[in-house]
Amino acid sequence: MKRIYVNEEWCLGCHLCEYNCAFANSGMRDMASALKGKPIFPRIHIEGKDAVTYAVSCRHCTDPLCVKSCIAGAIRREDGVVKVDRTRCVGCLTCVLVCPYGALSPGEDGVMQKCELCLTNACGAPACVAGCPNGAIIFEERREAQ
Amino acid sequence: MKRYVIVGNGVAASACIEGIRNVDPDGAVTVISAENRPAYCRPLISYYLEGRADPAKIGYRAPDFYEKTGCRVLYGQTAEAIDPAAKTVSLSDGAVLPYDAVCVAAGSSPFVPPFAGLETVREKYSFMTMDDALQLEKATETPKDVLIVGAGLIGLKCAEGLYGRARSITVCDLADRVLSSILDADGAKAVQAHLEQKGLRFLLGDTVDRFDGNTAQMKNGEIVRFDVLVLAVGVRANTALVKNAGGACGRGITVNEKMETSLPDVFAAGDCAEGEDVSFGARRVLALMPNACFQGYTAGVNMAGGEKKLTDAIPMNAIGFFGLHIMTAGTYTGDVYEEKTALGSKKFFTADGVLKGFILIGETQRAGLYTALIRNRTPLEGVDFALIRKTATSAAFSKETRAKMFGEVV
Repeated sequence: MKRIYVNEEWCLGCHLCEYNCAFANSGMRDMASALKGKPIFPRIHIEGKDAVTYAVSCRHCTDPLCVKSCIAGAIRREDGVVKVDRTRCVGCLTCVLVCPYGALSPGEDGVMQKCELCLTNACGAPACVAGCPNGAIIFEERREAQ
Repeated sequence: MKRYVIVGNGVAASACIEGIRNVDPDGAVTVISAENRPAYCRPLISYYLEGRADPAKIGYRAPDFYEKTGCRVLYGQTAEAIDPAAKTVSLSDGAVLPYDAVCVAAGSSPFVPPFAGLETVREKYSFMTMDDALQLEKATETPKDVLIVGAGLIGLKCAEGLYGRARSITVCDLADRVLSSILDADGAKAVQAHLEQKGLRFLLGDTVDRFDGNTAQMKNGEIVRFDVLVLAVGVRANTALVKNAGGACGRGITVNEKMETSLPDVFAAGDCAEGEDVSFGARRVLALMPNACFQGYTAGVNMAGGEKKLTDAIPMNAIGFFGLHIMTAGTYTGDVYEEKTALGSKKFFTADGVLKGFILIGETQRAGLYTALIRNRTPLEGVDFALIRKTATSAAFSKETRAKMFGEVV
């Protein structure tokens, strides 16, 4: 299965992935009206220290702790993609408590949202990858470590 | 064909079914369900009262879960006894079920101390099941004065659930602080202040001396008038089935890393079990939903002849009240580091070179990084601890660790 991987040596720390993500999931057609002057709640974020930066989003784990821990049965794994049913989520943040990657955060309404690889929004493929100016975010199939 | 019996029909039972089916697609699975409903998300009962959880959407698994997994569910039945020699479970309706492996996932029951005059109280409830929530909903159709005995997780979640429905809510607890099982004195003070600001009234370090109809005479002298009483003093693991069959029990049913009890082919999982807490280094009842899932799944795999061990269980809670989020994990022992931030406070406990526990109040971003440090007993030697305790970030790990986290299939 194709997943998102990052290469911290190529990341510029420009945060464009955050904006592209927020726009891709806004359901709007124009980036300026979707994002301008508003706080954004992207499903990918930049972390780093000193000169190192990199993007963090859901790893779509093969055995996801968030799925097993969700108190509302709202997170499930479908064809390898970890998805959250926002109509079931009660915003308890147990998934945040268990995700070892720090990949989950709530949306503006306090309900969880997460990277679903842009498979269900209008993009059809990860907007963060398409928009990364330096190829630091990659969407490809890698082999499971044995 | 192997015969499996699961006593209980909560989260641990559902996960147990999934564990069995992962190894054995064909064995006969029978689930004994005391409650007359499919497995549901028990912690959602307070959200239901609050109007934030749709009753049609609180099922733990899809409506066709039992059908798809090929399980027979016996609703409204309880297991009365296990005969480990004959390998049978006898049920409340007199039926006797033979098993090759049985999992006791019987949960816990509310513990009600013998209060004087309790029998004179008409409107009294526990807060453990969906039926309890439905009864409380009915009892508070018009605004009522509510007294909750117990300022723990259940009592306070109940208070939040009833907040919009009640005229007043008073919470008393024998402990001198709220959430005494998961918070220290500082944390409890901050949470209590937040709840008081919302209008909840607390009588702490105090308990009911006697009830008389609609009043409670407190030990400290005050008389509290109420319409509706909720008893949330605590819970006890349902250990009787295993204990009566001669199995080892502490506060819960004693289990090893494979969820085996001391009786052959008898497993236990969830709130009734007492397994190893690796942050504590001893067995503890970890009555929390993620643990029920981990344990249930582990039990299922092993029941079906697979091989799985649970070696990283710790206590951990994410709980919120009126928008204030609290996360706690592990054991509060060793050196203490405290960080105050704009949003709240974080407290960390380290010993033997590893993170042992934490208490986060209002500042919970990416807390899973901390939880993983405890569960994995990660040596802090290789972690920029000064950075990570301020900001939960994988930037505090080595480049190699990050390459694994973000460059490999995990």
